[in-house]
Amino acid sequence: MKMEKLGTKKFDLQKLLAPAVLVLLYIVFAIFGNKFFTLDTLKNILEASYYIGFMAFGVTFIIITGGIDLSLGTVMMCSALLGAYVFKVHNWPLILALALTIFVGVGFGFINGTLVARLKLPPFIATLGTQMMSMGLGSIITKVQSQTWPTATAEVGAWFKKVFIRADLFGVKGFPVGALWLFGFFIIASLILHKTKFGRYTYAIGSNEEAARLSGINVDSWKVAVYTLSGFFIGMAGIFYAAAYTTITPGTGNGLEMNGITGVIIGGTSMSGGSGTMVGTLIGVFIMSVLKTGLSACGLQAPWQTFLTGAVVIGAVLLDKARTNAANRVKKV
Amino acid sequence: MAETILRMYGIQKYFPGVHALDNAQLEVREGEVMALIGENGAGKSTLMKILTGVYTKDEGTIELFGEKVEINGPHDAQSKGISIVHQELNLMQDLTVAENIFIGREPMKGLFVDKAEQNRMTEELLQSLHLNISAKTQVKRLTVAKQQMVEIAKALSYNNTKVLIMDEPSAALTESEIEDLFTFIRRLKATGVGIVYISHRMDELKQITDRITVMRDGQYVDTVETAATSIDQVVQMMVGRVIYEEPKTQSAVPADAPVVLEAEHLVSDDVKDVSFQLRKGEILGFAGLMGAGRTETARLVCGADKRESGVIKVNGKEVNIRSPRDAVEAGIGYLSEDRKRFGLCLGLSVADNTAMASLDKLSGPVFVNDRKITEESLKYAEAVRTKTPSVRTLVRSLSGGNQQKVVLSKWLLRDCDILIFDEPTRGIDVGAKSEIYKLMNQLAAEGKSIIMISSELPELLRMSDRVIVMCEGRVTGEMDIAEATQENIMTYATKREVG
Repeated sequence: MKMEKLGTKKFDLQKLLAPAVLVLLYIVFAIFGNKFFTLDTLKNILEASYYIGFMAFGVTFIIITGGIDLSLGTVMMCSALLGAYVFKVHNWPLILALALTIFVGVGFGFINGTLVARLKLPPFIATLGTQMMSMGLGSIITKVQSQTWPTATAEVGAWFKKVFIRADLFGVKGFPVGALWLFGFFIIASLILHKTKFGRYTYAIGSNEEAARLSGINVDSWKVAVYTLSGFFIGMAGIFYAAAYTTITPGTGNGLEMNGITGVIIGGTSMSGGSGTMVGTLIGVFIMSVLKTGLSACGLQAPWQTFLTGAVVIGAVLLDKARTNAANRVKKV
Repeated sequence: MAETILRMYGIQKYFPGVHALDNAQLEVREGEVMALIGENGAGKSTLMKILTGVYTKDEGTIELFGEKVEINGPHDAQSKGISIVHQELNLMQDLTVAENIFIGREPMKGLFVDKAEQNRMTEELLQSLHLNISAKTQVKRLTVAKQQMVEIAKALSYNNTKVLIMDEPSAALTESEIEDLFTFIRRLKATGVGIVYISHRMDELKQITDRITVMRDGQYVDTVETAATSIDQVVQMMVGRVIYEEPKTQSAVPADAPVVLEAEHLVSDDVKDVSFQLRKGEILGFAGLMGAGRTETARLVCGADKRESGVIKVNGKEVNIRSPRDAVEAGIGYLSEDRKRFGLCLGLSVADNTAMASLDKLSGPVFVNDRKITEESLKYAEAVRTKTPSVRTLVRSLSGGNQQKVVLSKWLLRDCDILIFDEPTRGIDVGAKSEIYKLMNQLAAEGKSIIMISSELPELLRMSDRVIVMCEGRVTGEMDIAEATQENIMTYATKREVG
């Protein structure tokens, strides 16, 4: 029997589902929303995607290993809070404050990875613990004082917003610079996930951890690495959250992790691990932010957004379940 | 003569592609212990599952007290007086004895469980069985033997038990606990219950059973009086005269072939001081009954489990294998009996599975070389004749035999010279089986060294150059293929350590 070299990419309706939903949502809101179909709204949608996007990129790796990270939101807040704290209170140079922001994310990622991989805690429990710890840590260090990052007109560090949110660039006033960062890191995350050994092991661990271990893969170390990498992306998310909202309040962030996780799930990554794509995550994130922006354009306020986001989570997980069932029923060759 | 309680005859059962039971039969009389024996896969458990309503028979008759009955599900079996005690205990460790026995049918007082009544009923039941166990004891505080008896008491508490099936009840017990169990069984007999006793331990049959029914390949062989039969005769009946494969008559390995793998005094929970040598180009068969410690030994060699002590040498040099990674680096590849759990990432492609152990050499400084992965996996898929539409096909959608070949490709690509095949043909159809055999012979001829664990004696005799027999974690026999027969392997496989 002769085999084809690469195998045809089978036309897969499943893969088109998420992009189709995104386009459909955009059209629906364009028709029913107030001033939705404008360039400004598009910018808003993009800007609402930055921090969710970085969270989602990171947690995509974790979910593909079959894990979960509930500490996303609070770790992001903690990192942004501590970055602003050292900048404002201790007068660190902005660049070091940003480095610290990322470091806090990486640190919590490493702790999560160690708890899960080395100490064998269920990811759900481990990250529920670090969720509360990171929230507490931010409040303890800042003595429960809100911290602010420099605004675009600040004396020191006015470049912060220009570098990360919007600037007059390419002859465009208020060009969404953040989008460049988002797409840049989307490409990096995609390459790591799809083109490196690290990515292959991520899939292998999620697909069958024991088989991966017996194949000679040092599963525990790679899992620590996955959570740590995810921590880096969460630190990045912290920077973009800071850039978008400027003021960070201690004791918040709880619940924001759902935005990231939902984006990943809507994008087709299975909660049971072993499958998913980075482009799916990106689309999932855009669906989330179109939904947010669109609902408010339709005059539905925050409580409705929260309610409908919950419904979307359930819908996405049901879809995931249906997909898994379909995969298990697959016909034998 | 005692009344016949149960009679099953002409039982046929088909599974897709398998004729599992062909004219099976069994008879149990009042107050007797009937042994049901046969090799793994002989159909004992299928027959028992039909009796207890787990499976439905395709043809045949079941009679209880001379009356034809149909058994519709486990609940129906129970209500007709047929109970089973499984090999694995199904007790809830944190509940009390009484709570376990009456779970799901607790005596009620209004809205609440009547604990006093439940304990009283339990004490009464335990006393009637001469069991010195308190109803209020948590099950986890009991020895395994006592737990087993609680399980039996539970089976008997369905007030009308007439036939009690015991599936390898002694498997987890120590010598003295087995004595307790036998005393208990003898008392039980006196109450008129008919007992079906499934065991792999030949010496036990003589002690406790009245008659023996032998099955082989899903067929009924014979029923004999225990007292009038020797163990040798029973083994002969189990193994049968039918030989399916042309057995190897002499070793294909020269006597001076270098030793590539040497295990010395391996010890773990289930492995008790196992030593062996594997030569270059040899197929070394590991025979034994289920639970003999063969898989456990293999898992020590491939680093899957931690060994307590013992030395492993590869090509004469000691290697400290502490993880599968160490074993893989030493060139040892393990093909598990449970491919889906231990061998494959079902949701990934043939190429990804093939490359999994070799990504280090298939990657550049940063990125993996996908073109090379495709080429290499294609090369090995062709070498071992994996039938797959493409190497991008998900392994999930391949048949068992082809999945096995993907695991094999993985180790070949990793350049493993020592391959451990654990039940390589389990769950694989006949055609694919002979292809796996051919591949193994070909690999051995190319200089790979193979350990083959199998519960199918004809397969071992056909493939091995040398056979090691294990029983209860120990090596009980080792023989050249020239002297190995099904009979002497079976004798060693049932040779228990005395005392």
